[in-house]
Amino acid sequence: MAGAAAHDDHHDHKPYGWTRWVYSTNHKDIGTLYLIFAIMAGIVGGFLSVMMRWELAEPGIQIFHGLASMVYGVEGDAAIDAGKHMYNAFTTAHGLVMIFFMVMPALIGGFANWMVPIMIGAPDMAFPRMNNISFWLLPPAFILLILSAFVPAGPGAYGVGGGWTIYPPLSTSGQPGPAMDLAILSLHIAGASSILGAINFITTIFNMRAPGMTLHKMPLFAWSVLITAFLLLLSLPVLAGGITMLLTDRNFGTAFFAPEAGGDPILFQHLFWFFGHPEVYILILPGFGIVSHIVSTFSRKPIFGYLGMAYAMVAIGVVGFVVWAHHMYTTGLSLETQRYFVFATMVIAVPTGVKIFSWIATMWGGSISMRTPMLWAIGFIFLFTVGGVTGVQLANAGLDRAMHDTYYVVAHFHYVLSLGAVFAIFAAWYYWFPKMSGYMYSPLIARTHFWVTFVGVNLVFFPQHFLGLAGMPRRYIDYPDAYAGWNMVSSYGSYLSAIGVLIFLYGVFEAFSKKREAGANPWGEGATTLEWQLPSPPPFHQWEQLPKIK
Amino acid sequence: MTKKFLTMLSGTIALLAAGQAWAAQPVDWQIGFQPAATPIMEAIRWFEQYTLWFIIPITLLVLFLLAWVIIRYRASVNPVPSRTSHNTLVEVVWTVGPVVILLFIAIPSFQLLTAQYTPTEEPSLTIKATGNQWNWDYEYQIEEPFSFNAAMLQEGQRADFGKEDSAAYPRLLAVDNEIVVPVDATVRVLVTASDVIHAFAMPAFGVKVDAVPGRINETWFKATREGLYYGQCSELCGKDHAYMPIAIRVVSPELYDQWVGAAGSDLSGANRALMAAVEAQSKMASAAE
Repeated sequence: MAGAAAHDDHHDHKPYGWTRWVYSTNHKDIGTLYLIFAIMAGIVGGFLSVMMRWELAEPGIQIFHGLASMVYGVEGDAAIDAGKHMYNAFTTAHGLVMIFFMVMPALIGGFANWMVPIMIGAPDMAFPRMNNISFWLLPPAFILLILSAFVPAGPGAYGVGGGWTIYPPLSTSGQPGPAMDLAILSLHIAGASSILGAINFITTIFNMRAPGMTLHKMPLFAWSVLITAFLLLLSLPVLAGGITMLLTDRNFGTAFFAPEAGGDPILFQHLFWFFGHPEVYILILPGFGIVSHIVSTFSRKPIFGYLGMAYAMVAIGVVGFVVWAHHMYTTGLSLETQRYFVFATMVIAVPTGVKIFSWIATMWGGSISMRTPMLWAIGFIFLFTVGGVTGVQLANAGLDRAMHDTYYVVAHFHYVLSLGAVFAIFAAWYYWFPKMSGYMYSPLIARTHFWVTFVGVNLVFFPQHFLGLAGMPRRYIDYPDAYAGWNMVSSYGSYLSAIGVLIFLYGVFEAFSKKREAGANPWGEGATTLEWQLPSPPPFHQWEQLPKIK
Repeated sequence: MTKKFLTMLSGTIALLAAGQAWAAQPVDWQIGFQPAATPIMEAIRWFEQYTLWFIIPITLLVLFLLAWVIIRYRASVNPVPSRTSHNTLVEVVWTVGPVVILLFIAIPSFQLLTAQYTPTEEPSLTIKATGNQWNWDYEYQIEEPFSFNAAMLQEGQRADFGKEDSAAYPRLLAVDNEIVVPVDATVRVLVTASDVIHAFAMPAFGVKVDAVPGRINETWFKATREGLYYGQCSELCGKDHAYMPIAIRVVSPELYDQWVGAAGSDLSGANRALMAAVEAQSKMASAAE
């Protein structure tokens, strides 16, 4: 009891200096760290993608032999070979960085850490110290991945060039150097970080809701994070197992995936996609929750079909676990297996449709103000629909035969992730930035950011549908001259999107330097969740008096 | 049943394609699939167009509804929001509606998938394709089997192979030694790999199958139009992934017989003779017009 009394003395004592951040057990501070980390990783991942688009702007090899000789000090033909591998390393790193170090930290570590405890009326996360280690595992994981780019993958090649899917044997005997081992360790650590985070969210949401807040009264963002946390908890261990087998195949003479010793490369693909498919829902589900709140807030209407929305996400999460082999239609699956996966995959379209229509129904009859977060949310709904309907096409194994591993797939998954998840992240940023910082962003800069990004990303990815239909395979550093036209358009779109990122960063800087007070609730009566009852920024510890939910 | 479905499809496609220029490789600013050279690809093309009849209207509907609510229910026009948050009827409609649409997509989808695994006749020729980093080995499994390697045609090799015409032999697509098959014959392809995973793909044929070391995957095609067709490796396989194309030359049975009789002993001679014969044929055809 003496300890508890001593603790009370320090209750409003806020740590300062570097210890506040490094030793932090405060969900808001850790959330801020996650957001800063995600922004930095996003800049790295975005840089990689602009380099790839620069390379692909014209047929032939434009820049990667030069990059390779700058970075690795090789010349002549060796520079061309190192450049070709380096391009593959860029596609790989772009995927891994954006998934594990940008989208997941932003949505789950950042916004969920910040807002879920506040929204459910909890003072903090259930395991504050575990929250700290969840975050601090990420920088070493990221450093390992960056380091992997500077160590050999094979003779004359540096960095992991196996794609984010790291299929063996290309990731085992195909790249014997230490780069792949560093990347595997990076994924292990990032995975451990996410599993710890998932345990924390599940415990927090199940045990720390304010009195009266039943699961069926819980805000949809908390619902989406709860479901996401379960997906993480159930899928990441399978990835961890798969990449551990990869690691022992590489270093300790096992042969899980080595056909010459009785192993099977396809086994890895099953393990990988058993994680990988839930993973794409991990990336998008928190966005679903965010968009629901924003649409409701700026329509000044309650969410339409709240229970349907919540259970649609549950359904997407559950069905998401039984569709993984639709990534593997060309691997030689039997006809019956393919039939099953076609059927199961199509089922997901139903709950997804429920969500899209419910968002529109939330707006229907509302009193809509098109402020910046709403702009991003509506952009999300439309672009996610575009990515969703091409997903329905790809679900059909017979049609996927022609589209698999072409740019059609690249266009599809960037419409749901780059234009879906990332639009949700920016929607959340503008929605909660005034709450988190206490300052209002400049609506002019924010809108410019939206329109530049909207035009830019559509220019990048819409023409990729055409390239894919025409047959252009993905992960190609060079392509037949007939594909030059749409590739040029796509590259210009990428430069425009990069300008959009600069506008975003300037907007953040501008908001912090102008210090326009946002007030507790800048959005008016439509913003009904608990975070808007707190001052902006919220106190270091909130809900000392637990809120009562009617 | 499947056969009937395919014939029906090919009929429709033939009508649609009649006016189109023939091409066996991608063209500038192309926005759709390559023209079909097999009934399976015709069926894939038909099914893709068919799905567009659902997905484009759905996308436009969502766009229209979004535009409508933004304009009709903007705060200045509709200052007092309704409090409606439930309507069982519309919720049932937008759950059942998609189910019905998916059924409409699923039925031809399953027929297409089944057709891809149901050759219409016993194959008359079997070719084994082995992916290597970064070229292909092809083995003709015939009475007197023979095999050869096919790699991408380097720019410096054009004269040696008589392939100076870069329209017919495009950069990154042309190879030194094409696969040669007879028109209208069902060809079985056994696909495997010697090192890492590759994928054997031929867009105009509707064929794509992974080449996995330690496994043999089987596919088939029946090319119904003579010509030279190009595909590219479609599974990331290392630094030269973009540089291991696949080329298949579909010729008349007579030319095929001549080629296959000579190719075992003198591949480059057989290839040259075949190219000369194909060229003579096309000259005659254009003279006849």
